Amino acid sequence: MKRFAVPAAIVVALAFLPKLTIDIPYLFQESLNTPGTLELLALCLLFGGLALSYDLLFGFTGLLSFGHALYFAVGVYVAAIAMTSWHWSFWQSVLFTALVGFLLAVVLGAVSLRVSGIAFAMVTLAFAQAGSILALKDPYGWTGGEEGFGVDYHKLPAWTVGILNTKHLYWIALAYAAAVFAIVRFAINSSPGHVWQAIRENELRVQVLGLKPYSYKLMSFVLASLLATAGGVVYLLLVGGASTEVTTASFTLTLLLMVVIGGTGSRWGAMIGGILYTYANQRLSDLSSSHAVSQLPSILRTPLQQPLFILGVLFILVVFFVPGGLTRIGQVGLRLDRILRRPATREETA
Amino acid sequence: MSTFLLLTITGLGLGAMYFLIASGLSLIYGLMGVLNFAHGVFITVTGYTLWFTESKLGGVPVLPRFLIAALVGLIVGTVFAALVELVLIRPLYGRHIEQVLVTVGVALAVTALVTAIWGSDARVVAAPAWVGDTTTIFGAHIPNDRWLEIGTAAVVLFALEAFLRRTRYGLIVRAGVENRSMVTALGIDVRRSFTLVFAIGGLAAGIAAVLYTLYSTTVDPQQGTSLVIFAFIVVVIGGLGSIRGTAWAAVIVGLVQQYANYYASSGLGDLSVVLLLGIVLIARPSGLSRSFA
Amino acid sequence: MALLSVHDLHVYLGESHVLQGITFDVREGGVTAILGRNGVGKTTTLRALMGLVDRRGTIEFGGTDIRQVPTHKIVRLGVGYVPEDRDVFAALTVDENLRLAERGAETRYDLVYDLFPELRDRGKQAAGTLSGGQQQMLAIGRALLNDNRVLLVDEPTKGLSPLLVTEVAVALERVSELTTVLLVEQNLGLVQRVAHDAVVLDTGRVVHAGPAKELLENKPMVHRMLGVG
Repeated sequence: MKRFAVPAAIVVALAFLPKLTIDIPYLFQESLNTPGTLELLALCLLFGGLALSYDLLFGFTGLLSFGHALYFAVGVYVAAIAMTSWHWSFWQSVLFTALVGFLLAVVLGAVSLRVSGIAFAMVTLAFAQAGSILALKDPYGWTGGEEGFGVDYHKLPAWTVGILNTKHLYWIALAYAAAVFAIVRFAINSSPGHVWQAIRENELRVQVLGLKPYSYKLMSFVLASLLATAGGVVYLLLVGGASTEVTTASFTLTLLLMVVIGGTGSRWGAMIGGILYTYANQRLSDLSSSHAVSQLPSILRTPLQQPLFILGVLFILVVFFVPGGLTRIGQVGLRLDRILRRPATREETA
Repeated sequence: MSTFLLLTITGLGLGAMYFLIASGLSLIYGLMGVLNFAHGVFITVTGYTLWFTESKLGGVPVLPRFLIAALVGLIVGTVFAALVELVLIRPLYGRHIEQVLVTVGVALAVTALVTAIWGSDARVVAAPAWVGDTTTIFGAHIPNDRWLEIGTAAVVLFALEAFLRRTRYGLIVRAGVENRSMVTALGIDVRRSFTLVFAIGGLAAGIAAVLYTLYSTTVDPQQGTSLVIFAFIVVVIGGLGSIRGTAWAAVIVGLVQQYANYYASSGLGDLSVVLLLGIVLIARPSGLSRSFA
Repeated sequence: MALLSVHDLHVYLGESHVLQGITFDVREGGVTAILGRNGVGKTTTLRALMGLVDRRGTIEFGGTDIRQVPTHKIVRLGVGYVPEDRDVFAALTVDENLRLAERGAETRYDLVYDLFPELRDRGKQAAGTLSGGQQQMLAIGRALLNDNRVLLVDEPTKGLSPLLVTEVAVALERVSELTTVLLVEQNLGLVQRVAHDAVVLDTGRVVHAGPAKELLENKPMVHRMLGVG
């Protein structure tokens, strides 16, 4: 029980945020309880949870997937389409979305996991591409093609709609992040969770022990994808519509960025990475149009106008100098030592 | 009949483009075990250098202007690829996941930089007029740039095969694709081949970029990324590390995409490629390379 | 002075401490055999000498400290390697396999073809289609192509028929007249025939070093250390 004390305390503290009229200059444009700031924080928490769901696959089970965005997109699109085009109720849509997400993850996961390593990464990328194309080409007229569409807000619960209810959305996002954290933590400490981590280290050894890696990997895949789909529904509530941006490969790559910058394979790393990335992305955009930046010589100003440039460079720097991610800065020395002790394994798995 | 011919030629043209991009990816992965996500920006770098050079050569007539710009673009693209390997990949020798991650970072950062400097809208490139014309064969009006694409890809394929089979570095690459560590155990510094293979990849991708600008008459920051995803699929279908497998896979993918897009429905072509990938991987997880080696 | 001098060599493979302080010398000329049961670290020792695994300790070759030196540079100092699984390049022809091994102008094709005439006959054949014995000849041949000061040979007779084992033995005898050989081998008959010195390993350590003949004639010691006889 003691282990839950710290995370629980943090959740409670964060829950009180909307009541605070604190102003944190530079970090936020307005004080903490304003809708604008709450919306940003909600987005940060959502992506923190989403990044952790991705890390379940990548950092804990050792599966590099380039198609995680697909399940997130399913959460966004299926729920939106059910409510807006088919006129289902909110809860009907959410249940249906969960079902679709689950079945899709099982089927696609079963096919993708027949191969491993780079081939697996490519297959997941291909399936996600297929989803992206479906959304773009819009064969049945549901997805709104390139422009996407806004969800029929009459179908959404009343307490989630409108600026005054932003704090409710913040709490939903907080609940999502907390739930993902708790579920992932529970899962990796369970016995399948230990097998996942064993698979990440040495799949052959797991096979030799008589376990079938395939079914465990599938389990991890389905769980991570379901968490992503749930995140998609939350995202839909936050932004009120569906757009093709969430179906692109770039989107999954930004998930990868979040997870690596924050630190893979640790409970906090991916979440912090997701929060930091979302925050930086937003604030850098604000910053780039600010007065201070427009004064800079154009050679400095131009790259700053694209947050992705800064984040991409940061990502490269992290990979080079802080391979454990930012949360492991203190452990860089330890990790270097492990790297020096293990090159045979690395070369042999080449 | 003429439609079928048109589809076949344009399908082959598409396959040619895929081959040019996929060949570099295949060699890089086969030899180094690196999945090079930065390959897309090799295309972007060459494309934008071409456009930029052209814009600086205002008074010159179109054909030489384009050729000079293309040449400059190719040189810059190749050097860029070699530098990426030297500066970012080589220091991470033996750490494959980190190498892949670095290429992702390069892809995102360079695309963002290009967007920042020149905006996300497409920029127009001036191309010689006859490229946009069509040649008529058996009643099919085929755009001339397709012939150029097919011809160029054939030349590159021939050149690559000659490189691999007749030169010492080619020998090292072929051996390294099979067993990198044994190559070092023969006293050969494979790392030089790594830079070479990245440079070759950059050159081939650059050639694809040049041809693509002929076809579309524009450059935009995202064109590299969209082409590269299909190239990845081609590489996996063809078998990582096999040039011949890649060539066959590129042709098949290009044709399937064209036929499906026309005979089934638009958009289905792209999906059918993904389906093809799924089928191949279920049947033969190592790709098609075994059957075509 | 010994040609090759190893002191307190440690190697970790993953979490496993495979070599726990190996110390031995290899004198110039003749064959030194490394013996031991399966899994004691014989192959790892050769790989450590080649720089193919990360290692700690001291390794001196001809007076030069090679512990920090990368593999390809070690090889260029005059080290030939015949790995346990032969590792010939299957997609390349026999000729190409040999050509790849060339390190300078002074190649000894005459010697190689004299020892293994089949390599000349099958020059254009893909190495992957050779029989096990032929691949072994190729693996040894390409290590002989250059005038190496030492040859590291790992279980050359593994999986070969008795006739081929004899062929390999004959080849090794001739080779040992030209170069120093460090030979990992389980076949004690072969060891008896060609080796002058023997180093015995057990669980990552050296438990015996001395003249081969003496060791092999001591049946109880052979039984205890090598689990045979």
